[in-house]
This record gives sequence, C-alpha cells and structure tokens, in this order.
Amino acid sequence: MRMDLQTEIIVENLNLYYGKKKALNNVSLSIPENKVTALIGPSGCGKSTFLRTLNRMNDLIEGVKIEGTVLFDDRNIYDNSVDVVELRKRIGMIFQKSNPFPKSIYENVAFGPKINGVSNKSQLDEIVEQSLIRSALWDEVKDDLNKSGLALSGGQQQRLCIARALAVNPEVLLMDEPASALDPISTTKIEDLIYELKKKYTIIIVTHNMQQAARVSDFTAFFYMGDLIEFTDTRKMFTAPDLKQTEDYIRGRFG
Amino acid sequence: MQKKNGNTNSLDRKFRLSEFLSEYIIKTVAFSSFAIIILIFVFVFKEAAPIFFPKEKKAETSQFLQSETYGEEPGTEQPENSLELYSSYTPSHDVASFKNLTGKNWQPVGEEPKYGVLPLIIGSLKVTVLAILFGAPIAILAAIFSALFAPKGLREIIKPIIELLASFPSVVIGFFALVTLATVLQNIFGYSYRLNAFVGGLAMALAVIPIVYTVTEDALTAIPKYMSEASLALGATKWQTALFVVMPAATPGIFAALLLGFGRAFGETMIVLMATGNAPLSTFNIFEPVRTMSATIGAEMAEVVFGDTHYTVLFFIGASLFVVTFAINAIAEFYVRTKLMKRFRGE
Ligand SMILES: Nc1ncnc2c1ncn2[C@@H]1O[C@H](COP(=O)(O)OP(=O)(O)O)[C@@H](O)[C@H]1O
Ligand SMILES: [Mg+2]
Repeated sequence: MRMDLQTEIIVENLNLYYGKKKALNNVSLSIPENKVTALIGPSGCGKSTFLRTLNRMNDLIEGVKIEGTVLFDDRNIYDNSVDVVELRKRIGMIFQKSNPFPKSIYENVAFGPKINGVSNKSQLDEIVEQSLIRSALWDEVKDDLNKSGLALSGGQQQRLCIARALAVNPEVLLMDEPASALDPISTTKIEDLIYELKKKYTIIIVTHNMQQAARVSDFTAFFYMGDLIEFTDTRKMFTAPDLKQTEDYIRGRFG
Repeated sequence: MQKKNGNTNSLDRKFRLSEFLSEYIIKTVAFSSFAIIILIFVFVFKEAAPIFFPKEKKAETSQFLQSETYGEEPGTEQPENSLELYSSYTPSHDVASFKNLTGKNWQPVGEEPKYGVLPLIIGSLKVTVLAILFGAPIAILAAIFSALFAPKGLREIIKPIIELLASFPSVVIGFFALVTLATVLQNIFGYSYRLNAFVGGLAMALAVIPIVYTVTEDALTAIPKYMSEASLALGATKWQTALFVVMPAATPGIFAALLLGFGRAFGETMIVLMATGNAPLSTFNIFEPVRTMSATIGAEMAEVVFGDTHYTVLFFIGASLFVVTFAINAIAEFYVRTKLMKRFRGE
C-alpha cells in the first residue's frame, strides 16, 4: 500500500469463531481513510463476518469468539474500556436487505440524532434535509417526508437507510452488498452515491459483483474460506493480481 | 428405468379405507365442536330473550332459598330492605325488562326484587381495570426482558414458568387470595373490608399476567431482527432500541395482549367470587366489596327457579358477558392482523 495514505482502521491477526467453527483466520489489513475498500470472495468466505467485526455487530450473535485487534482512533475496539454504542455512532452500517423502520421518512432519518439527544425541531429538520441530500434522495421525497419509509421503492429504501446512517455523522460506512437486491438503475444510483460519499467518509463495501468492485473501489480485499488471500490496489487486483488464486477467481467471476 | 407393470401401477383411483375414515372422523369432530359452540350461543340468548319481549307475568309463588354470600353481607348497605330479603313473596313488579335492569340496586330476592345490573357492571369493570393496572405493566416488562434482553438460555426458563401460571386453576388463585393475600393486604393498607375489589383485582392480575405476557412476548419476538440491528448499528442502546423501535413496531400486538387480558379478567368467575366480598355496591372506592357480573351468575344460578325473571336476568347478564368477551377477542384478532400487516407493507 502506498505510504502517503492515512489509515482509518488497522486489523491485526483477527480470528473469529462461531462456536467451534472458525470463520476468520488470522486476518490482517489496513483500511485507508476516505477511500472505498471492496471485500470480494465466494459466498460464505467471511466477508460479512469481517465487516461486522468492524463495528462489533457480531457481539449480538451468541457464541461468537473474537481474537486479535481492530485499531480505530488508536484504540482496540475490542478493549473492555471501549463503549460499543459510541463506536457504532462513528462506524455506521448499511445492510444487504434495506431495513427502514416502520416509521415516516422523516422519523427514520431523525432517529439517530434524536437518540443522541437532538430535540430542537429546526436542528432536526436541517439534519434530515442534509442527510437526504447527501444520500441523493431529497429531490424524490422532499414533498412527502411524512410518508412511511416502507412505502418507498427498494432503491429508495436503501438510500433512506444511507441517509439514516449519515444523520449520526459517522466517520466510516460499512456496506454489506448494499445493491445486491436492487435493479440496475437503482444500483447505478447507489454506486454514484458511494463515489460522492468517499470524499467525506471511509467506505468498506462487500460485493459479489466484480464489475461493481472494479467501478467503485480504490482497494480490494479478496477473501477465501476465512483467509484474506490478497489485498491491493483495485486496478492492480483486476489487471495483474499477485496470486494465481485471485486471478482465477476474478477471471471466473468476470466470465 | 423399470418397465411398468400394468396391474400395480395403474392410475385407477384407489379406495383407501384408513384415509377415508380418518378424514371423515376429523371432519365430524371439527363440525360437532363448531355446532356445540353455536348451540351454546343459541341457548344463552334464547334464555335471555324474555328481556327483550317483556310480558306481565302471572302471580306465581316460589320458595326462594336464602342467597349465599361470601365475606361481607350484601344487604348491609340497604337496611330498608334487609328484613324482607329472605321471605317468600308474590312478585308483582317482577318483570324482566330494560327498565328493571337499569336500577342501582341488585336485590333479586325479596318482596320487591330489584334487578339493577349497574352495581354488577361497576363491579366487573372495577376488578378488571385493577387487574390490568396491576398485571399489565409486570407482564409487559417481563415480556420485554425475555424477548429482547435475556440470553437464550434464561429466556427458555422464564417463558415456560410464566406461562405455567396460566394453567393454575382459578380456584387455587381465588383460595390463595381469600386466605392469604386478603389478610396480608389488610394488614398493610388497613382498610375495613377484608375482601374487596382491590384484593380481587390483585388476585386477578395473576390470571391476567400470563396471557398479556405470552401475547406481548410473541409480538415482540415477531419483529424482525434486522429492525433492531438497524437501530443498534446507529448507536442506539439496547433500551433505546426496545423502547423506540421494537415496542412501537409491536404496538398492535401489545394492544391485543391488553384486550385479551381484559377479556380474560372480565369473564373470570371463581377468583372474584372468592376474593371480592360479593356485595353489589355502586361505588368507585376500590377498598369496598364488589360483586361482578360473572360472580353473580356463579353464585345465584344454582338457586333460581327455572324460567323465572331472576333466571332470565342472569342469562341476560351471561349473554352480555359473552358479547363483551367475544367482541374484545374479535377486535384483538382483527386489529393485530390488519394493523401489523399494513405497517410492514408500508401503507
Ligand atoms: N450467525 C452465524 N452463526 C454461525 N455461523 C455463521 C453465522 N454467520 C455466518 N456464519 C458462517 O460463517 C461463514 C462466513 O459467513 P459470511 O461472513 O456470512 O460469508 P459471506 O458474507 O462472505 O457470504 C459461513 O460459513 C457461514 O456459514
Ligand atoms: Mg454476506
């Protein structure tokens, strides 16, 4: 990796077990700031698992055991002194299946700020508007903010979820196949959005779509059966990867 | 591939006796239980019917038994009637009609029987509302804990234990209230009537808790996990997630749980019969004895004369109870179905 980049998250010797089953095997990598890092690999290789270790969402699953360190803001986020709630405010997450709350569009976006204690109406209005603008949804919904978030189309719902995550002002966005359930036009919108968002946020995105990884990301990590096989510049990854295994997978997927 | 044997593999329809019989038996049983319910419907309403078609009755003498009471004497509040209360009589105003039902006194036995159901309605409402007030918060908090906070192992212990409470015979709860709870509460609060609406309501809460708990728990666990994950990923705490995401999404279910609890308490007989003192008073003081609609039927039905006005009125009360509980259950069912579905379809 080039040395002029600032590093946002440093993962060192990460092992993760679901009960007895090992899902991540000694993974180490450094995620650069204000760049898009794509995680690719066959289904079940541990991409989602890895992504969820970065904001400790795996804590919610019973029987998970984690070893190793994840450094963020010079702290090991698995250290006992780290507050998970604060961590998740700074490292937001977008899920594969869009999951707006059964509340209005406005309430969806205002949820994060509200639980953080923002109660001033005009301040909330401002946050909601800014978040929706940044997630490229404002023009489509500005006239019916009181409509249920669930009444939106799939692509709009996913952008609403992005707006909801942006409203708490995170530094990092984790995205787990955010466009896998969307039509091509919505997918393009999300990809354009990612391109815009990386100016301000560090983005880590899981995708099973090689073209998408090639289009949106600056760096790509290739996982295989819980191992990090290769991590490098996206252009290099898709033209001249170091390892034969990576090349085979990528060529197979581009087919 | 095997060559087909024309005989055994023919497509002719076969008669399978065991299939036929079991299907037939299941059908018969299902339909007869349905028919029995309908028949009970018809019977109850038929017996209550004279209320709606009042006619002057011929004088008719009948020996009434002394009305049984539990705890406080029901007649003490109406001293002017207490003498006539136990004598046999020839009824003259003894007509079942709406006019007779709206009075403030329930004295079905006596020279001038009074069939005012108001104190009974007040009694039922008082005990039921108290039961919900005591039981629902406990049940809902327990449901929140076991559905959203407890580790899986603990949940698998809590849930069956609370649900076990539902299988307690209500006479056991009533007995416990009558013998133990009443004394303890009187010592604590120092009110004058040992058995009263407060004791009844508290005992009834024991019957209401398992229903409200179970239905609420189911409603909470039915909220998809991705909903709470979304909230937690935004940096909400577990409590904030429970309170602002899961609970609101589950309100129809929780509302239904409250309705079902209400219906259960409203129709419950044995607990109130044993724990409330059974005096048909029209007051809103929760520390005075009350008599509920259900307890009235339970206490008096055995000693009325078949076809008599008193008999008809008791059936009318029964029919009303029936209608109320039926309506409450129907609303609960309907409300949950439609609301919950709508909410998750984003309408
Ligand atoms: N909650 C879980 N409990 C047990 N095993 C899990 C759980 N989630 C994922 N796994 C297992 O961990 C491995 C990695 O899964 P995952 O991270 O979802 O893969 P990917 O996102 O790359 O498809 C898979 O073998 C999967 O079966
Ligand atoms: Mg995955």
